[in-house]
This record gives sequence, structure tokens and C-alpha cells, in this order.
Amino acid sequence: MEADEKIEKISSQTLISNSPSKRIRIRPLTKASLVLRGTLVVLVLLTAYTFYTIDVKDVNFVQGMIGTAKNVKVMFLEPHLSHFSFSHALYQVMITLGLAFLTTVFGAIIAVFLSLFAAQNLSSKRVSVVIKGFAAFIRAVPTVLWVLIFAVAAGLGSVAAVIGMTFHSISYLIKAYSESFEELDKGVIEALQASGASWWQIVFQAVIPSSISYMISWTFMRFEINFAVAVAMGAAAGAGGIGFDMFMASSFYYDIREIGAVTYFILVIAILLEVLATQIKKRLKVNI
Amino acid sequence: MIWVKSMQADIFKKKKLNTAVFILLVCFVTFIAATITEFSIAKGIASVPKAIQWSFSNFYPTKESLTKLPDILDKMKETLLISIAATTVAALLAMIFAIFGSTATRVNAFFGGICRGIATVFRNIDTAAWAMILLFSFGQSPLTGYFALFFGSFGFLTRAFVETIDEVSSSSVEALKATGASYFTIIFQSVIPSCIPQIISWVLFMVETNIRSATLVGLLAGSGIGFAFDLYYKSLNYHTASLVVIVIVVSILFIELISNYVRRVIL
Repeated sequence: MEADEKIEKISSQTLISNSPSKRIRIRPLTKASLVLRGTLVVLVLLTAYTFYTIDVKDVNFVQGMIGTAKNVKVMFLEPHLSHFSFSHALYQVMITLGLAFLTTVFGAIIAVFLSLFAAQNLSSKRVSVVIKGFAAFIRAVPTVLWVLIFAVAAGLGSVAAVIGMTFHSISYLIKAYSESFEELDKGVIEALQASGASWWQIVFQAVIPSSISYMISWTFMRFEINFAVAVAMGAAAGAGGIGFDMFMASSFYYDIREIGAVTYFILVIAILLEVLATQIKKRLKVNI
Repeated sequence: MIWVKSMQADIFKKKKLNTAVFILLVCFVTFIAATITEFSIAKGIASVPKAIQWSFSNFYPTKESLTKLPDILDKMKETLLISIAATTVAALLAMIFAIFGSTATRVNAFFGGICRGIATVFRNIDTAAWAMILLFSFGQSPLTGYFALFFGSFGFLTRAFVETIDEVSSSSVEALKATGASYFTIIFQSVIPSCIPQIISWVLFMVETNIRSATLVGLLAGSGIGFAFDLYYKSLNYHTASLVVIVIVVSILFIELISNYVRRVIL
């Protein structure tokens, strides 16, 4: 409203003074545009500062770039497996997919229950805030740290990896599920309450059935993310799978061709999962 | 009446059957996944109380570890700056690719397809994978982390920006085309101004994500806060390692606070 008035005022002034050189200000300075510009300026300044202060440790930037370009070319044009066979790689990909699947299933089961208490229309405000705060804390600790912390207790391997990775899945899915629960029409819950339905009946007969297609799409999207996470954890936290082979090729064998081959495996699976996710969303007519 | 009743019963039966099949399938795949990954559910459940017990008895900062705090903060600053710089520069490049890739603003379908294809490849190679690829040329330097984050962000942001442009400006582009506005006028006067709040929101999201991935990339590439954690963790200095975790958590929550505020105001 204010902005409109301002424009009107300025344009009427322009009419009165009748000077065509005076420009009409179409975008007045509001709080939103100030914050927007401020954010842009801060981002650019911080970037400039970073480039100014970055300690490159005698790495030649231009040479590095040329080297990377060459490496990427070799990687993609001459992929070759030298330390393990094609079927071994395929099996490792299955392990990575398995890790991602287990993480997603456990995350989804726990998240369904927690998100029922996180949705404000199904629980009290205090409980909702506590659970959402818990989820925010989980998200603030990077996945790799969760895995490494659990590795101390459970030893390096699939157990620590799955449990550690499950934390972020829980937090992500709590947010997704509870938001879709909160979209449920208030009248539906009230009508069921009035007819004497218990809380669990409301949840299983109204809340979950009405948001099931969203839940499936979000869960599958998390599966897609978990695949990438599982590759990374294989490399950084010894979780096994194709990520570990990539780590070995990179840090021990220095074999860029093998990295290329592994990258192709990862790319094919990742793109397949993406296509599948789009198909599922289309089938369920979900728009997220 | 009877016919209606039996049909209703059929629908419910079918629904129940579908649910049962779905649950069985998930159980079956879970079983297979647990077998090939050698994951034992019992061990997994047992590890949770064990980990909690361990963290309470070992994983807290002591007075001695606090002497390392300035060093850790310095590493955190480096990581934060690199994450922000990588995101900003990637956003700039992604914007160009998104403008040429979006159906609303592309020059032609062929070129648009190429732009989106390049972004798809970059997006589907994880930042951790990029870190391992870049280690060859840049070695253990902050540049490895910078470029790993840069490539990952570039792919993701291009996709996000393409969707934003498609959503926000396809009708205004058409309207401006009808008035005879030039291509650059349309981009700079309509497309960018109308998309900028969404774009900033995506950039802030990417900065948050990148700070999280930076820990992982640092572990692999030997720089920044990830390297600091790895150093203390591998030398079994868990008190200092916990201090690193606390610094990371506080920084991420702080950045999230700022970006949530900005998002609330501009959107």
C-alpha cells in the first residue's frame, strides 16, 4: 500500500513539474529490497575477501585448472577398471544402494512417529517446538560427524554408517512429513473428534491417508539424497560400497581412469533415481 | 444395495491388500539390503545407548582442549569463507546457464538442452566425489575444497534457478516479447528482478548446505574445519574433537538464523 501511494505521489509530482527528464521510481526502497541488497553486497564482499586472503599453499591456480581439465577429460573418455572387476563394482553399487535404502527405511519409520508430534494441529505447541528444535540440532551436526561419532561405539562399518546417516534422514523427513500433516483441513480433524474417534484413529484414517502421496514422494527424494550421502560416507567414514573404491582409487592408487569408471557407475544410478523420482511425483500428482 | 456393499468391501479389501503387499515388499528389500551390507539391526540398536554413554564420558571439551579454540575458530572461518565464496561464484555461473536453459528464456531448444545436460552431470556427481577428483590437480589445499563445493553448487543451483525462472517469468517474457523488447532488456528488466528474491533464497540454502559438506570435503581434501576434526579424532583427542563439533554446530545454527531472517523479509 505504502509503495503504491509513493508511486502515485511521485508520478503526480512528475506531471505537475512536467519535466520528462525526471524518472519515475518504480521500485521504492522497502525493508525487503534493503535486506535483499544488503545480502547481495555482503555475499560479494565476503567472496572478494576470501579470494584476497585464501592461502593456496604454492598451488598454481592456472596449472591446477589445466590439470583438472585434462584429468576430467581422461576420466570421462578413458574410464578403466584396473583394481577390481566390473561385477565387483556392480556389487559395491548394490551395497551403497543397500545402505541408502536401510537409512531411508529407518529414518522414515522414526520420522513418521516424531512428525505426528511435530505437527501443530495434532499435538501441542510445546511438544512441536521441542521436536522441531531437536531436528534442527541434528541437522547442525554434519552427517560425517554423526557417522564418525557412532563409529567409536560400533566400530567402522555399515552399522555406524547406517545409524549415523539415519539421523539426518529423520530430521529431513520430520520437516517434510509434519508440514504435509499441517496442511490437512482443520474441519476433518474436528469432525472426527466430534464423532468420537480416538487420536490414533484420526491419524490412521484421516491424516496419513490424505498425505500419503506427499510422504512417498518426500521419502523417495530422501532416498535419492541418501545414495549420494552413502557414496560420500563410503569414502570418508569407511562405510564400504562404491564410495570406498573411489576413495582407494583417489588416495592410494592415484588412478584417474578408475575414478572415471566409478564416476560413471555413480552417475548412472543417480540419474536413474532422479528419473524415477520424477516419474513417482508425476504418477502421484504431487507437486513439490 | 447388496451390490454396492460388496463393491465397497472390495475397495477396502483391495486397499488393505495393496498396503500389505507394499509393506511386505519393503520388508523384503530391507532384508536383502541388510544382508549385502552386513548390517545387523540388533547391533545397530545396541550401538545407540553405547554411543550415548561414550559421548557423555568422553565427548565433551575440557579446559585443556579450550587452548586449541583460537586455532579451531581460525579453521572454521576459513571454511565459512570458502563455502560462501564457492556458492556466490557458482550462483553467478548457474544464473547464466539457467537463463540459457530455461524454456522461457532460452535462445533455442538445442542450446538449452546442452546447458541443462551439463548441469545434470555436475549435480549428480557428489561434492565428495568432486573432492576426490580435484585432489589430483590441487592436492591438499583449500582450492580443492573450493572447487569441489563450486562444482556441486553449480549443478544444483542451475536446476533450482531454471525452475524459478520457468515458474516466475514465463508470462512476463511473452508479454515483453510482444511489445518488441530486446532479449537483453527482457532478461535484465524482467527476468532477473522478478526472480531475485527466490534466487537469493536458494543461494542462502546452498551456503548452509555447503558449510555442512565443507566438513566432509575438508576430511577428504585435508583442509579447513573437516581436517581439524579428523586430526583430533584420529589422534584420539576426543575432547578437542568435541570442541570442533560444538564450533561447527554453533556456526551452522548462526548461519541458519541469519538466512531464515533474510528469507522471511524478502520472500
